[in-house]
Amino acid sequence: MLARLLFLADLELFPPAASAQAGPIDDLYWFEVIVSAIMTVLIFAAIVLFAWKYRRRPGVEAVQIEGSTPLELTWSILPFLVMLVMFGWGAQLYFAAQQPPKDAMEIFVTGKQWMWKIQYPDGNREIDELHVPVGQPVKLTMASEDVIHSFSIPAFRIRHDVVPGHYDSVWFTPTKPGRYHLFCTEYCGNQHAGMIGWVTVMDQRAYNNWASGGGSQGTLAEQGEKLFQQFGCATCHLLDQQGRCPVLRDLYNKPVQLSDGRTVLADDAYLRESILEPNAKIVRGFEPNVMPNFRGQVSEENVIQLIGYIKSLSPQTPASQQGSQQPPVVLAPPGTPAKASPKPKPAPGR
Amino acid sequence: MADATVPVSHEPTAEETHLRHHFANSAQQTDASTLGMWTFLITEVLFFGGMFMAYAIYRATFPDAFASTSEYMNVILGGTNTAVLICSSLTMVLAVRAAQLSSRKGLILFLILTMIFGTIFLVIKGFEYTDKWREHLVPGFNFHYAPAQFEHNAQILFFLYFCMTGMHAVHMIVGLGLLTFLIVQAQRRVFNANYFAPVEMIGLYWHFVDIVWIFLFPLLYLIGHRT
Amino acid sequence: MATLAHHSAETEIEPVDYLNVEFGWKSWLLTTDHKRIAMLYLISITLMFFVGGAAAVAFRINLLEPEGIFAPETYNRLFSMHGIVMVFFFLVPSIPATLANFFIPIMIGAKDLAFPRVNLLSWYLYVIGAAFTMYAVLRGGVDTGWTFYTPYSSTYSNSYVLAAAFGVFTAGFSSILTGLNFIVTVHKMRAPGMTWSRLPLFVWSNYATGLIQVLGTPVLAITLLLLAFERIAKVGIFDPNIGGDPILFQHLFWFYSHPAVYIMILPGMGVISEIMACFSRKRVFGYNFVAFSSMAIAVLSFVVWGHHMFLTGESMYTGIAFSILSFLVAVPSAIKVFNWTATMYKGSVSFDTPMLYAFGFIGLFTIGGLTGLFLASLATDVATHGTYFIVAHFHYVMVGGMVMAFLGGVHFWWPKMTGRMYPEAWSKFAALIIFLGFNLTFFPQFILGYLGMPRRYHAYPPEFQMLNVLSTAGASVLGIGYLIPIVYMLWSLKYGPKAGNNPWGATGLEWKIQSPPTTFNFDETPIVTEEAYNYGEAEGVHG
Repeated sequence: MLARLLFLADLELFPPAASAQAGPIDDLYWFEVIVSAIMTVLIFAAIVLFAWKYRRRPGVEAVQIEGSTPLELTWSILPFLVMLVMFGWGAQLYFAAQQPPKDAMEIFVTGKQWMWKIQYPDGNREIDELHVPVGQPVKLTMASEDVIHSFSIPAFRIRHDVVPGHYDSVWFTPTKPGRYHLFCTEYCGNQHAGMIGWVTVMDQRAYNNWASGGGSQGTLAEQGEKLFQQFGCATCHLLDQQGRCPVLRDLYNKPVQLSDGRTVLADDAYLRESILEPNAKIVRGFEPNVMPNFRGQVSEENVIQLIGYIKSLSPQTPASQQGSQQPPVVLAPPGTPAKASPKPKPAPGR
Repeated sequence: MADATVPVSHEPTAEETHLRHHFANSAQQTDASTLGMWTFLITEVLFFGGMFMAYAIYRATFPDAFASTSEYMNVILGGTNTAVLICSSLTMVLAVRAAQLSSRKGLILFLILTMIFGTIFLVIKGFEYTDKWREHLVPGFNFHYAPAQFEHNAQILFFLYFCMTGMHAVHMIVGLGLLTFLIVQAQRRVFNANYFAPVEMIGLYWHFVDIVWIFLFPLLYLIGHRT
Repeated sequence: MATLAHHSAETEIEPVDYLNVEFGWKSWLLTTDHKRIAMLYLISITLMFFVGGAAAVAFRINLLEPEGIFAPETYNRLFSMHGIVMVFFFLVPSIPATLANFFIPIMIGAKDLAFPRVNLLSWYLYVIGAAFTMYAVLRGGVDTGWTFYTPYSSTYSNSYVLAAAFGVFTAGFSSILTGLNFIVTVHKMRAPGMTWSRLPLFVWSNYATGLIQVLGTPVLAITLLLLAFERIAKVGIFDPNIGGDPILFQHLFWFYSHPAVYIMILPGMGVISEIMACFSRKRVFGYNFVAFSSMAIAVLSFVVWGHHMFLTGESMYTGIAFSILSFLVAVPSAIKVFNWTATMYKGSVSFDTPMLYAFGFIGLFTIGGLTGLFLASLATDVATHGTYFIVAHFHYVMVGGMVMAFLGGVHFWWPKMTGRMYPEAWSKFAALIIFLGFNLTFFPQFILGYLGMPRRYHAYPPEFQMLNVLSTAGASVLGIGYLIPIVYMLWSLKYGPKAGNNPWGATGLEWKIQSPPTTFNFDETPIVTEEAYNYGEAEGVHG
């Protein structure tokens, strides 16, 4: 060990920048480093200079100075102006980081003590491993089964808390093939340090190969359809005509009129809430207390599958939500999963 | 706030036997305890403020679930308690006045009346809590809520109900202890027109606890009763 | 008694002071003398400091190996205990309850704090709180971190959360009572002529601290109470299963805990103002600006808490508002740093031990403050949140800043508190060791943080080992550095040379009275006729 410790060349001092957002954030970071360094050097220099030049000498009295308002204003306002630059720059990047592009491929992440479960639209599932194609914007929709986790990929300079009770999301565009760390950065219990994994960025061809290997259980939508039958949802949610419950066809991302007069958008968060807590928002014209609460009955992964199924019932859904930038293998319509080669990394079941 | 520097020289008078050694005169001592009490009440406002904040947020999030709980609140008992507390505030003020007039008998009488009202409040509150238990409205221990669609969210209100009224009741009990202390002191002829600061300070505390209830009553009992 | 002391100072008879006026346990445990209570506090927080420090050394040892040396349960309990003990039982009471408790009444010419018995009660509450927390530790510890985030703390943790939370809750009231006492004392107990603009800056900064303690701590109290009820009832308002929001806990928690970091640093800033003036023999440059910057910090500290939640899904606009406010709070801190530096200009600077600590404070606080800008800036916060960058940042402020200031203040006022001088060479040596050890411990953590190493990990990828080993090496040096002053300070109590009333030739009422002071500080209430730091007319050093 000692030999390795002394081998300083081993020492990595700056993380790789492997996403489109990493560069701009690094630029701001270096700007802040340089400003801080200048300020630190100035203050240290002033202290050393004053301490030396005005060191106590016999017969030399201190000159009493009240202060100087112009000076005070200068060193209040000037630093603040520099800080405003940091603020504006940081806010602008943060703004961009909140708005995933329309063509982003959606991947689902569920945090659970102490693992990350990843679900792809094509039905692939992995644990603590995330595979993404280079150059493709990826939007992660994240849920937690238990406590607060935080999903972090330092090489991408992205991080977002995953709070139980609702969906969180984060997006990135990987730019450099390679394997990068994936960390949980919100303390979540005993094996918090074990809640780590790898992100593999592959070129598009390698990714297609990898992706086509999976899908043994069908696409996300197919998995969801199975659950839909299994839980008996289909008995009330009739697909084409009005049953006791609202029709789900063409529902996704459409406005829904509620019984209390509000209108909400049928997005992931709404669908999740309506599965787990059906009485929270009652659609106009329907009775409350018809559908049982599914909280505790279904896992967050199941919810994601069910939502995937509901999405597949809305052909008009923007391409982005289905990741249609992907080759057809990934987007294979229900029932035709291409099975080319075995998946390199069999995922579930850790 | 106003500057309060101490007069340079001051001859202690006979009335200043209650002057503590580190104060220059009793005006300074009274000033200090008044400011101290108000500062303490500010901390109390922030203490309850945390719960009021949580209440405001969840009421805005789940307005219907919160409104539905008013069915299960006993407005008669709550209203009676409100009246009882207002009466106790009145007797508390009269007690302070009796102290200012050096009326020892009046002081003790009104302090005892205040204590009686305070006790009535707590007894009624006890009945209400018993009812809540019987009606399965205690989150975490015994909860079953009839409008099933609010089964989950209504628990938040009942949780807050027990926290807020519980904390209020704890303050009432502390208040009763303080009143007992005052009665003992009054019995020993400690208070008179020149020295009644403790009566006034504990009076402030008592009024504060009453005011908290004035907010709790409509927020917890009456929200579902709008037309 | 007090007059006696004055005359006897010249003779062989030991003068009466607050230490030798009475003896025995009772005279200490039932005292209402602010100076004795300050000493009780000093002993208690020093004990707690070493408890928290021992935990830190233990988990730094664990981090020597990438896979960790202890079990994760042990590691998690160690860092949680370190955080809880250091924040609530050392940093928050450190300067207010000891140095300020001792010197605020003297500095404003009062015989005691406004409420001496409340002051004693506050110490007992502190001890009870510490006892509950230590009980939690001895029973097997608490593993939530000092932040007690729900739902982990309310539902999932299998450790002694209730006892620890109750300990912190109780200590919180101790802090409230200290703050309340200071506010009333500064308002109502000032000697004739001691106007607001003549107050020493140490008083100003502790007054501002008192405001935060009084306004912030009750919110922490109710938050911990709601958490405790939720843990007992297994259901509650932070529980997502019934529609509660765990993020509300964070809002309430940081509404106290962000201002609390200013509770921890403001009194330290006050100490530095005193030291810079004394050892430059000059009035503090821009007195008004330094005084009002303390108040500005106190006010602004209450509107920046949201920067702890940039990544929890709070709205973009909320994030932006909290970001700009967080930059704004940096301005008054910067004003202070510039003014302290300018105070030396054309001064007569000497390098006594307190001054060395003040230099250390300014340097390290500058770095700590500047790295705070990375966290106020939204995009770089995303890259550094939850990593060792944060750990390094707040240790530069809290340890590099506050502990340096605390040690500086203790060295500055030790002759007044005990009447004895400590050995000069040893104290300078210790200051140097602490400065070097500190930087070696925490500077590598900035690099680790941007590399992405998350905090609170008992094991880590092997490429981070080198920097972790450096940090642990630094922690050992730092630990030794902290032990040295304990030894020579205790030594000085018996063998230290007599200090005299004003060894530094400082201004301020505390240096005009006997060392150690008598029980009521002044024979008769002083009349103040000059501004603070009137070094132009002060006598020279006559130690």
